[in-house]
Amino acid sequence: MTTSTTLATENFSMQKMFKTLSHLHVVVGTLFIATLYVTICNLFFAEGSFLHVSDYTVSLFGKYLCYALLALAVDLVWGYCGILSLGHGAFFTLGGYAMGMYLMRQIGDRGVYGNPDLPDFMVFLSWTELPWFWAGSSSIFWMIAMVFIGPGLLAYVFGSMAFRSRVSGVYLSIMTQAMTYALMLAFFRNEMGFGGNNGLTDFKEIAGFSLQEPSTKLALFIITAVALAIAYWISNYIVNSKMGRVVTATRDAESRVRFVGYKPEHYKVWIFVVSAMLAGVAGALYVPQVGIINPGEFSPLNSIEMVIWVAIGGRCTLYGAIIGAIVVSYAKTRFTAIMPEAWLFALGGLFVLVTLLLPKGIAGLLPNLFDKMSMFKSDESKELEVKDKKEATTAEVK
Amino acid sequence: MKRIFSVLLTVLLSFIISGQALANTPVLTDAENTATDPILTELVSKLPATKLKKMLPLVEQIAAIKDDRTRNVLELMLNGDLYYLKADKTVVSALKNDDSLYALKNVLTDESLSPVKKSKIRKVRTNNSLRGDIRSFIAKIDLTDKNKDVRIQAVKQLLDNPSASGLEAVQSLISQEKDKDVRELMNVTLLLNQLKTGNHAQVMAAITQLQDTLEPSVKNTMVKMLNALPETSKTAEQKELAKSLTKVINAIEDKRSFFEVVENIFFGLSLGSVLLLAAIGLAITFGVMGVINMAHGEMMMLGAYTTYVIQLAFPNLIEYSLLMAVPAAFLVSGFVGIIIERGVIRYLKGRPLETLLATFGISLILQQLVRTIFSPLNRQVQAPEWMTGSWVINPVFSLTYNRLYIIIFSLMVFFTLLLILKKSALGLHVRAVSQNRDMARALSIKSDWVDAITFGLGSGIAGVAGVVLSQLTNVGPNLGQAYIIDSFLVVVFGGVGNLWGTLVAAMSLGSINKFLEPAVGSVLANIIVLVGLVLFIQKRPKGLFPQKGRAAD
Amino acid sequence: MIVDKSGSPLTATENIKPDTRHGVILYVEDVSVSFDGFKALNDLNLYINDGELRCLIGANGAGKTTLMDVITGKTRPDKGKVNFGQQIDLLKLDESEIAKAGIGRKFQKPTVFEALTVFENIELSLAGDKGIITSLFHKLSGEQNDRIGEILQTIGLVAEAYYPAGRLSHGQKQWLEIGMLLAAEPRVLLVDEPVAGMTGQETERTAELLTSLAGKHSVIVVEHDMAFVRSIARKVTVLHQGTVLAEGSMSEIQANPEVIKVYLGEDGGSAEKSVGAQA
Repeated sequence: MTTSTTLATENFSMQKMFKTLSHLHVVVGTLFIATLYVTICNLFFAEGSFLHVSDYTVSLFGKYLCYALLALAVDLVWGYCGILSLGHGAFFTLGGYAMGMYLMRQIGDRGVYGNPDLPDFMVFLSWTELPWFWAGSSSIFWMIAMVFIGPGLLAYVFGSMAFRSRVSGVYLSIMTQAMTYALMLAFFRNEMGFGGNNGLTDFKEIAGFSLQEPSTKLALFIITAVALAIAYWISNYIVNSKMGRVVTATRDAESRVRFVGYKPEHYKVWIFVVSAMLAGVAGALYVPQVGIINPGEFSPLNSIEMVIWVAIGGRCTLYGAIIGAIVVSYAKTRFTAIMPEAWLFALGGLFVLVTLLLPKGIAGLLPNLFDKMSMFKSDESKELEVKDKKEATTAEVK
Repeated sequence: MKRIFSVLLTVLLSFIISGQALANTPVLTDAENTATDPILTELVSKLPATKLKKMLPLVEQIAAIKDDRTRNVLELMLNGDLYYLKADKTVVSALKNDDSLYALKNVLTDESLSPVKKSKIRKVRTNNSLRGDIRSFIAKIDLTDKNKDVRIQAVKQLLDNPSASGLEAVQSLISQEKDKDVRELMNVTLLLNQLKTGNHAQVMAAITQLQDTLEPSVKNTMVKMLNALPETSKTAEQKELAKSLTKVINAIEDKRSFFEVVENIFFGLSLGSVLLLAAIGLAITFGVMGVINMAHGEMMMLGAYTTYVIQLAFPNLIEYSLLMAVPAAFLVSGFVGIIIERGVIRYLKGRPLETLLATFGISLILQQLVRTIFSPLNRQVQAPEWMTGSWVINPVFSLTYNRLYIIIFSLMVFFTLLLILKKSALGLHVRAVSQNRDMARALSIKSDWVDAITFGLGSGIAGVAGVVLSQLTNVGPNLGQAYIIDSFLVVVFGGVGNLWGTLVAAMSLGSINKFLEPAVGSVLANIIVLVGLVLFIQKRPKGLFPQKGRAAD
Repeated sequence: MIVDKSGSPLTATENIKPDTRHGVILYVEDVSVSFDGFKALNDLNLYINDGELRCLIGANGAGKTTLMDVITGKTRPDKGKVNFGQQIDLLKLDESEIAKAGIGRKFQKPTVFEALTVFENIELSLAGDKGIITSLFHKLSGEQNDRIGEILQTIGLVAEAYYPAGRLSHGQKQWLEIGMLLAAEPRVLLVDEPVAGMTGQETERTAELLTSLAGKHSVIVVEHDMAFVRSIARKVTVLHQGTVLAEGSMSEIQANPEVIKVYLGEDGGSAEKSVGAQA
């Protein structure tokens, strides 16, 4: 009796390993090839050549990859843990501000007012010294730490309070939205010390490299790609660990998880924190590539747009989130260039159509790309379907 | 439902018709004043030739004539807008227009003359002392005006800028004055004068009598007097004076701060009633039906734009536009709501997060639609006459009519809704379906139909809220977005599914906001309330008035 | 902020061992619960001995499920005491701590983790550390693997081991849930209507399983199916309007005039028949 099950288990874990490895391979491999392609086409083909990728395009792709990383973060909590966060823009923006503060300090005395210590906007507000929370902001290590600590801490405090009092579902979504809205109002105020309305901009260099240099732009793009690959690996590891299974179980039957002896609120808090940190990294990489960070990024609309990337790509599949983010962002770039008024129609329409007709997103349309490798149809995307069509399948099995 | 609409429509129509009748009547009443008074004509025609020295008696004579035009002439003279044509010495009012010509108007016949250059006309002579006199003549005319408000304004004018002749006039008129408010104010004016000019006994008497007065100038005068007293080595009289002045000033201060609190409560209630209107539709769709409608704010926006369109369509009926807009907005938003429910939401039953996303998409589409149709800029919605102005209760406390009406209106909507849900058959069905859909179905309640109507009702009320918002804020495509988060928080704060909770939540949030505002500014107050709410909901996820028991799980 | 009496969320915590020197594992004393004025439990007293198999019966609304909710920490009583062994006050613990302390529960409606496979369902339920770090770096040991295999065998779901649990039939889900309970190795099992939706044969097997569990575990079964209750019960407790109406063997219960009165009114008749009709 034990032998048969052990065999089955081994068989199973091999299947599973094969399956997860191939996910990882395909995504990281694609990312690597794409990055290599962009790098080569940017460096070795002259301008005007058919194959040339302009510096602008490199930064644009870099931006898309930041969005992809952000989508990954959203999918981690929404897809796997069932927490629909409408406030992930807050984590993204906080990460961005951490980077922005560092970049502001890198300007040094090259600002309009030439003050070596104070950023221009502070001089303009006739402040005489840096506020305490800017202390250390000129150090790159401080910046890196803050990119994680800022969003992580907010997520920890917010999450531990919300999840402990068992706020969930729509309530949680609305509260996360209120959170980012409150932050937006706060950051719009000059007194906050983050540049108010205008935010932080006019950056000159990062770690000694000029941000105007094409090589810096390319480097930032490559760093973003690497960050995305690492984040994908981490997310993939978490999702396939026992922790991931507890989290998925929490999504589907939270009270049962509790009666099995886990503390779902702890799991939720930590997955929320990890996700917030990933979002923070995305924000930090985003800022030097677009050259500005302002409170508008906190806008609830931004946060909800992230959710639609994941919904369109296919929630609960990590690669789906990446596909969704890139596809929608690309569409947005094209649309706003051709007919800007139509973009909101298109975006709104997408929200409606995807939720009504395409609950599994693009990943659900892919011809079971990764499933073919697995004997059992237990891909995560399938699980959602199983949940939806519970009744039907139960009848089928019978 | 149908019956309600038809009644509303009938009421509306009768308003429109009676409105037109009213608009026609006032033309007749003005006719009698157009006849010219020969004495006035004669006196006015003397103005150009009179020398400055002899001007005062002439002006006094003019002021003595009871004629509606007298005041106008005096006022023009006071402001330096009274001219005469060099050619025929016609006395005119002249206003510089855009082409640096002067637009003329005969002051007696009120007929417009063709604009002329500066060189063709000359100003009627005045000087400072004359202007002072003219001011008190005008005050005297106003003091005897038939309209009470004009009289009050005139006394107030004297209170702030007293003049000897004005005070004299008040002195002589106070005994004839029939209106209590005016008389009181006149009395204050005289007492204030007594305070400034009287001997010690009179001053002391005035202070005691003025202790209940909230007029700012009374307090200012007293403070000035107190400061004017020497710091040390006061005489006994001065000591006594200082003591009673301090006492009265403090009493007045206390009263003022009391009314400030009352005013804050009023502002709070008025903000609260806006929140209530915004949230109450949501309390139905979200609280009762459990549907998350992120396009709720856009339903309000539609209501506001309906008001705008109605004002465009009936430019002559601005006074009645709001009365027309309320049912119209209800129908427009309600109709759109039903379409949304039938088209999208019913396919997403039991999937709240998906509903949230889909309705958010709808909100984006509606916003863009409005942008495309009406332009992205804010539109101007006019306020009818009866919504403007304020109800002055005392010098430091007055209620603006629009806020007052909004409070009353929101409560009316609230109780109507409560009545519909608690007493009508529709309400019974709605509650039945929301509590147990299958069972309700089994009892042959058409749950689909109930869903659609309920959603339409909630959306329609949002539309009505939009009409109100159009009176308070700019009407633009983003109007709804500003309110959606607040409305959700109000509903959750009050306890989902509990209409009374929504009422309490809206009013208390409004008040908290308004009490914080003077201390920290409106943006920070907003942030504090938001953060406070988020914290509160995390402590008590079921709100102020949670539903208990097994059903709550 | 989240750190609480059971230790840091990230690290292992010790299982709490109940003290059962007096032979009683579960004390429920003077417990009252009311919802909006409705008294679901009214000064209820119940003692469960270590290793006992106890059946709870009673009409709908008698308070059976509420009692289970109170024991497992889902509902907090208005007053009363609930102890696990002598020293552990269950009212001070939350659901997961109670579960970890060794009280397992099977719900009326089978709730399994539908997106996970049957194997994973049982894996998650295994007794042991439930902290986050351990979960993150968890590798299934050979022992645990064997244990899961054993349980799968017991509940007859070996062939379905790698199916998502959502695909199981209703009866299979019931079994899976029982399997999850077994995996957790609890001292006390609360089982709410275990045989609802099962075939006759399955019911028989369930009865066998529950009887075999008694001794090593204490088992409390709530069931409407009187035949099933008779087949397993040694001691039966009848709940009525939130209090214990009668306690004793099945035959004693059937003969109890109070029970007959409550179930049949004054006229008398076969109590068994009518109690059975409740199912």
